[in-house]
Formats: sequence, structure tokens, C-alpha cells
Amino acid sequence: MRRDRNPLLTLYSLAVYVFLFAPIAILILFSFNDSKRNFVWRGFTLRWYPELFGNEALLHALGVTLQVAVISVVATTILGTLLGLGLARLRSGAASGAADTLILLPMVTPEVVMGISLLLFFSLVFSANGSTWQIAIAHIAFSISYVAIIVRARAVSLDPRMEEAARDLGASPREAFFHVTLPLIAPAVAAGALIAFALSFDDLIITSFNAGVGSSTLPLYIYSRIRFGVTPEINAISTIIVVTTALLILISMQVSSRRTRRKVVPG
Amino acid sequence: MHGDRTRDATYLLPGLAWLVVFFAVPLAIIFVVSLGTRDQYGGVIFDNVGIHNYLRAMEPDFIPTVINSLRYAALTTVFSIAIAYPIAYWISRYGGRRKILLLILVMLPFWTSWVIRTYAWMTILRDNGVVNGILEGLGVIDAPIALLNTDLAVVLGMTYGFLPFAILPLYVSIDRLDPALVAAARDLYASGRAAFWHVTLPLTMPGVIAAALLTFIPAMGDFVTPDLLGGAQTITVAKIIQTLFLSSKDWPFGAALGFLLIVTTIVGTVATLRILRREVIG
Repeated sequence: MRRDRNPLLTLYSLAVYVFLFAPIAILILFSFNDSKRNFVWRGFTLRWYPELFGNEALLHALGVTLQVAVISVVATTILGTLLGLGLARLRSGAASGAADTLILLPMVTPEVVMGISLLLFFSLVFSANGSTWQIAIAHIAFSISYVAIIVRARAVSLDPRMEEAARDLGASPREAFFHVTLPLIAPAVAAGALIAFALSFDDLIITSFNAGVGSSTLPLYIYSRIRFGVTPEINAISTIIVVTTALLILISMQVSSRRTRRKVVPG
Repeated sequence: MHGDRTRDATYLLPGLAWLVVFFAVPLAIIFVVSLGTRDQYGGVIFDNVGIHNYLRAMEPDFIPTVINSLRYAALTTVFSIAIAYPIAYWISRYGGRRKILLLILVMLPFWTSWVIRTYAWMTILRDNGVVNGILEGLGVIDAPIALLNTDLAVVLGMTYGFLPFAILPLYVSIDRLDPALVAAARDLYASGRAAFWHVTLPLTMPGVIAAALLTFIPAMGDFVTPDLLGGAQTITVAKIIQTLFLSSKDWPFGAALGFLLIVTTIVGTVATLRILRREVIG
């Protein structure tokens, strides 16, 4: 087959990549700028970073964010994995169609609608007006679908005879699950957990309706600060978040590619 | 066999129960509240249950807000697809062994928090920001031009944020297209342009529709970008819902707007999926 190169299209595509990454690069660059107000390079400084560690409100928001993320990741991964496995076994029929709809709906619901629905639910049914737990419950509700879909995609390709073989060899259902099924779907579970973490760590819109006094998360803290303007401290926090996220993704990719390699060459 | 059925049910039950209690029931509550009235303390009362909140949403002074939201979402969708299609095509046709890496690079900004990405555009577009700084430095302008708090900034910010959601489905669709079909059209003397409009584009229409859906829905629900990049005078439906719930406390009216938004979204999604299925089968 003829593979004609198209230099104009290549140039265009590279420009799109620049468009995608330039704002983040500029953000990081200016976290090292020794000027409080302007877009003028006044020299390299690290002084915005130590200041962050003295910022009580910021550290508290980070604490709330991590607490919510941990609760959400653990619950979402368990519920979503079981759901994905169950769906993979439900072949077709009305039950499977209804379950599919219930799982897809949260993914197409505008975030603002999901935010207000949970606010009304907690406020009118439980007279609750926002807390760390309320945020975590909301995060679990919108993350389950993602984990379920990722796990199902891997589970449908599983050979059911693997688990049957384990049962024939005398394994209890529990042993068969933990020693056969779970290791086989582990990469999908790990990917799902990572996505659940990112969804929880980043969420602003749904959280904003379910946070109460003292349960402000990091994205909410940043949002309330930047409504009043641009400051280098926010650049510094953002840089730390961006770098941490990038490292997490790199590590998880490394882990999952090593797993695949081990599987390809057994022994 | 019976044991398997029970086990499958125990797998499905906890997750589905969670979604019913914390997703389906709250959505139903939105509808119930939308029929009520606000009391003087910002609570909800059900004295005269009716559709008055929906009638309020249809009043002439509210129409411009709806049009404004639709305009931002539509422009974002059009720009996202226009920018995404060529690069999705490039990755699929010329990506070679690096396809996966190129796709991961497209998705990387998505892993950076939305509020941080929007903030990055604030630092670029503001009066003493990057763009004005460069233009002034080059002597193109004497005084800063207003970029932040404009419609342009809102559409730019949303397009930037939702671009990955347009690139992925378009890539999948283009990658599935058999290049032999395009080659056949060329052999039959179609110009490159004619082959694109009559072969490539119609056959990748499912991808275009999916991309439109994945950018339009989040654009309608996003109040962060209109707020931060559009400024206080930019009013959208999502922003009004936010105000009605968090500051002015008129939950029934806010619930009615939210219910209209979700109904529109579901009707739009179902209609789009119908078209997609027909395209794929027919």
C-alpha cells in the first residue's frame, strides 16, 4: 500500500498537541516567576512553594480531598468490579438492558443535574447539608459506571472454564474468585481504581453542591480563590497536582505493561 | 445452574442498589421538588403543586439565557469536531506503531483537573496575561485587548477542555474505515476532496455524532468555564442553576431547570443513538 505522507496534516497535528499542552506548560513556568502580578519574567524563584505549607486552609482542603478520594476509590472499586463481573455474565435480555441503562445514565447526566439531585436528596431525606461523607457518597455514585464498564470489557473475554476448572479441582467459590478470577481481571481493576481516584480528586461541580462548612475540597478551594484573580501560589499548587498526577499515570502504565509482558512470556 | 444465577445476582446487586438509591431516586426527587414552591426561608413547600416553575422557564425574559447556553455548547461542539477530525485522521493513517502513544498524549490534559486547566487560560487571556504581553512586546498593540470575560474566551476554554472527547470517538471511527474504499473512489476518478465528502465523511458519521454528543452534553452542564472565563455578565442555564441552589435559594425553580436539562439530554442521547444504530446497520 502506498503510504503518502502529508506534511501539512502532520504540521497541523503537531500544532494541536502544542495547543493541548502549552497552557499547562505556561502555568508551570509561571509558578517559578518572581513576580506577584504581571506576565513579565522577573527571574526564577521557588518562594511560592514553601508558602503553601503554611497555608492552613489549603492543607485542610487537601486533607478532605484525600479522605474523600480514599473512601470513594475503595467503595467504587469493590462495587464497580462486582457489577462489571455480573454484567459480563448477563448475556442479553431485558434484565441486561435495564442494567445497562442504569449504568450508562450517570455517564450522560450533566454534572450540574447530578449535583443538585444529591443536594436535594440529602437535604430533604436526611436533613443533611454537606459533609465529607456526603461528597464521598456522591463521588461513588458517579464513578461506579466507569469501573464497571472497564472491568466488564475484560471479564467478557475471560474463559469461564478457568473458574470451572478451579471448582472441579475442589476450590470453594470464594477461593476460585480470589485465586483465579480476580488475578485475571486485576489490570482492569487497577485501571478502574486509577480512574475512580482521578474522577474523585478532580471533581468540582458535583462536590460544590455537596460540600458543607469545613468540607471544602482542593478543587473547591482553588475555584473560590481564582474567582478573585490570578496568584502565583495557585500556579504552585497546580504544578504540584499536575506533576503528581502525571507520575501516578506513568507508574500505573508501567505496572500494567509489566503485567502484560509477564503474561505473554509465561514462566 | 441455580447456584450460578444466585451468584450473578449477588455480583450485580450492591452496585445496582447504590445507583438506584444515590442516582435514580435523587433524579426523581428533582422532579418532585420542581412541582413545589419556595418558602420564605429558602425551603420547599408543596401548597400549590403545579407546573408554575416550568412556565417560568418559558417566559420571554428567560429565553436569551437558554439561547446563550445552546450557542456556547453548539459552537464548542462545532469547533471541537473541526479541530479533532484532521488530527484523529492523522493518528489513524500515519500513526503507525505510535498510535497508542499519540492517543495517550491526547488524553493526558484530561487527567489535569478542570479547574486548573481553566485557570491556565485565565493567566493566558487576562489583560496582563501571556497573549497581551507578547503582542505588546512585539509592538502590535499599545494597550491590552480584552480577551478574558468574552464569548470567545468561554468557547475557547470549553473547546480546549472537551477536545479529547471529540478526538477519541473520531479516531475509532476513522480507524475502522477500510482505506481500500477511499482508494476505490480515487480509482474511479474522484478527486481527493470528492472522496472525502462522499466516502470518508459519510462512513465516519457515527464517530462525528458520538463526538458531538460527548462535547455538547458536558458543555451544557458546565458552569465553571462560563463563570471563570466569561465573567459575571455571562449567564447560562447551568450558571443560573448554581446560583438558585447555592446563593439565592430557590430550589423548586432550579430543580425545574435541572429537570428540563436532563430530559433534553436523554431525548438527545436516545435520538442520537438511534441514528447511530441505523447508520451502522443500514
